Amino acid sequence: MADLTRQYDVLIVGGGNAALCAAIAARRDGASVLVLEGAPKFYRGGNTRHTRNIRCAHDSATETLTGPYSEEELFEDLLRVTGGTTDEPLARHMIRESKEVLVWLTEQGVRYQPSLGGTLTLGRTNAFFLGGGRAMLNTLYRTAEELGIDVLYDTPVTALQIDNGMFLSATATHKGKPQQVSARTLVAAAGGFESNIKWMTEYWGNAAENFLIRGTPYNRGTVLKMLLDAGVQETGDPTQCHAVAIDARAPKYDGGIITRLDCVVFGIVVNKNAVRFYDEGEDIWPKRYAIWGRLVAQQPDQIAYIIFDASSLNLFMPSLFPPIAADNIRELAGKLGLDADVLDKTVQDFNVGVRPGTFNHNDLDDCRTEGLTPPKSHWARKIETAPFYAYPVRPGITFTYLGVRVDLETRMVMKDGTLAANMFAAGEIMAGNVLTKGYAAGIGMTIGSVSGRMAGRGAAKNARN
Amino acid sequence: MLATDMHTTTVHPTDALREADRLMVVCNSCRYCEGLCAVFPAMERRRLFKDGDLNYLANLCHSCGACFSDCQFSPPHEFAVNVPRTLAQVRGDSYRAYAWPGILSGLFARNGLAISLITALSVAAFIAGFVAYHDPAVLFGSHEGTGAFYKLMPHNTMVLLFGAVFLFSILALTLSMRAFWRDIAGGNPAGSIGTLFQAIKDAGRLRYLDGGKAGCMNDDDAPTDQRKHYHHATFYGFLLCFASTSVATLYHYLLGREAPYPWWDLPVVLGTLGGIGLIVGPVGLLAAKFKRAPELLDETRFGMDVAFIVMLLLTSVTGLALLVMRATPAMGLLLSIHLGVVFALFLTLPYSKFVHGLYRFLSLVQYARENQSGN
Repeated sequence: MADLTRQYDVLIVGGGNAALCAAIAARRDGASVLVLEGAPKFYRGGNTRHTRNIRCAHDSATETLTGPYSEEELFEDLLRVTGGTTDEPLARHMIRESKEVLVWLTEQGVRYQPSLGGTLTLGRTNAFFLGGGRAMLNTLYRTAEELGIDVLYDTPVTALQIDNGMFLSATATHKGKPQQVSARTLVAAAGGFESNIKWMTEYWGNAAENFLIRGTPYNRGTVLKMLLDAGVQETGDPTQCHAVAIDARAPKYDGGIITRLDCVVFGIVVNKNAVRFYDEGEDIWPKRYAIWGRLVAQQPDQIAYIIFDASSLNLFMPSLFPPIAADNIRELAGKLGLDADVLDKTVQDFNVGVRPGTFNHNDLDDCRTEGLTPPKSHWARKIETAPFYAYPVRPGITFTYLGVRVDLETRMVMKDGTLAANMFAAGEIMAGNVLTKGYAAGIGMTIGSVSGRMAGRGAAKNARN
Repeated sequence: MLATDMHTTTVHPTDALREADRLMVVCNSCRYCEGLCAVFPAMERRRLFKDGDLNYLANLCHSCGACFSDCQFSPPHEFAVNVPRTLAQVRGDSYRAYAWPGILSGLFARNGLAISLITALSVAAFIAGFVAYHDPAVLFGSHEGTGAFYKLMPHNTMVLLFGAVFLFSILALTLSMRAFWRDIAGGNPAGSIGTLFQAIKDAGRLRYLDGGKAGCMNDDDAPTDQRKHYHHATFYGFLLCFASTSVATLYHYLLGREAPYPWWDLPVVLGTLGGIGLIVGPVGLLAAKFKRAPELLDETRFGMDVAFIVMLLLTSVTGLALLVMRATPAMGLLLSIHLGVVFALFLTLPYSKFVHGLYRFLSLVQYARENQSGN
């Protein structure tokens, strides 16, 4: 049972993958550990509950991974998605650690399975959790409980007492009452601020009101804000967030992965004025997947419509919500609330621009348009076979990049460049050190597990000294 | 209204089937549970879910519960995904839908009560029959040695009575299975020896009652469930008892050796081992049933599940009691109770939880067939 009157060696704020890895690592190194999770038990774990795999380096194929994935290759993948902007020493160190973490997680009870159907491209690089991220999280919580780690749910931290880079205590609301929690070291693993629409409007203006949040409403960034206010150095672009286009009919929060739509390449995308605004055939998955959230966010009212026809309906994964169907384009426009004349013209112009080619949606094929602005560079096929379909899409925000700066041991760095005496950070709250923009499947979990384990060990060691 | 209610695809006759369809659409857009069991890979082969598809998936589900605690969308999430419970409801309905003759399918409603009544009547009939045909002194007297049982009931009468009820059950079960198979597999034949063998292996090992090797859930979200072992004890106990009866029948007709047999003889050894399995297994399954997390349970089928387990337990307990006390004056009464219970068990087989094994086996055959043919 958690005892809020005692002083713990390590206080972990947050309850996701990074928090639990930190808790377990610290406990295994002999520290007493208290985990404060702001969310109720069902929603524990922040974005971890929606994940499904982890991208770790490994020297050879395993039972579930089809081949080796070297440290260098993982580093190159990171460089590619971030455009070369990363803390290289930290990134290289974490990638080295990721090799051990792949095995360490199984020692904590986590189970892997071969890559899921439709994700064969990740079969070599990404270890999939049996049953998904919530199963992985449940396992970590069970292990934590068996190790004697105290966990409190529904206990958001409302204030941190920090003096000149030295964590003293935290104020948390437990059972509706403020409680003072004291610990020798702090591990902040409370995620980003993607669920804090108000904060998002600082960078996105009122457009943020129309964003859908893919995770729980509990990722509010309050701990991140407190740390920055207490003089911890920030890292990562505050205006950046990982956004994909998801079904506009998804719930405001926690729709998770199932509201995704990866059918942009099979048709055209129009905005509320029924006109196209970007090359739908620019690039192959996953890049094409990751850019559309931002593109839609820049359109009026942050809404767009993917329009395609019967020939494409069964070429992609079945969707959560059915596509809106109509026998002709004008009728479809009516159902979508778009101007029928304009949509009809947009589709006709597109069809006229389509050049013959050999369609292959698994590769950059030669089906493209000519004389069209914007063009569709690949997979361009005429939209002409009834019934016609549409999915309404909005930006779905997965996570934010703003974080706290850390050193090679995940110890927080203060604004003046000095190291915090007893404060560590793990997971999304520090991901911006290495992942400054872009995304590669499973890398968030890699950062979470690796930095969590590092922070937990560091905090345990710090608490002993 | 749930956000996913709007996903109408196929028209279904029941709420349970409609809910199962809704869930399969949700699950098919997620697929995280693909590695847990056969249900999800089978689901992925489909985009639309007809009644037969859902009945197939429901019977393929072994109710290990893993997908419920692994699911990020289980209640209280607004998507309210509860696959184990919904498929349990569909499964329960499917027993009734495919029962032959249809007029008796009503026995599945309030199944626990129906089976209790039939059993009580059977036992009473055997006691009354023995009393009517014999002096009560015979019923309550001691009988020993070869043919002792048949002093109470001639062997041929016993064979005729049990043979008739057994044949009826076989016929009813066969026709029910045929209806089920037609619905889940269309006009396709059951497939090759290979698919049958695969299904026998999968059923015999309860391959899919293990949460994808992570273990099953029952009481809560910790994989501590032992139902697999208790089910093995029950199933193989049942088979051993069946083998015991078969060997005894062969003894009787081929070798002219009449029951009761000495304790070391094959029918008694098989029957004793089977009987022990049929005590340990059902007791464990019953205990798990009462501890099961309510959110995983189709509580409307509680009576049916319990009735079948209790019937198996009564069969073994009365059988073993008869073995132990066969030389005492209690033998007559015990024999009538045992025969009454076994009679009721066989009579109600097509209308009891027993059918779950057959439909699940056929679903495993279909699953093996789909895996083999790739569609």
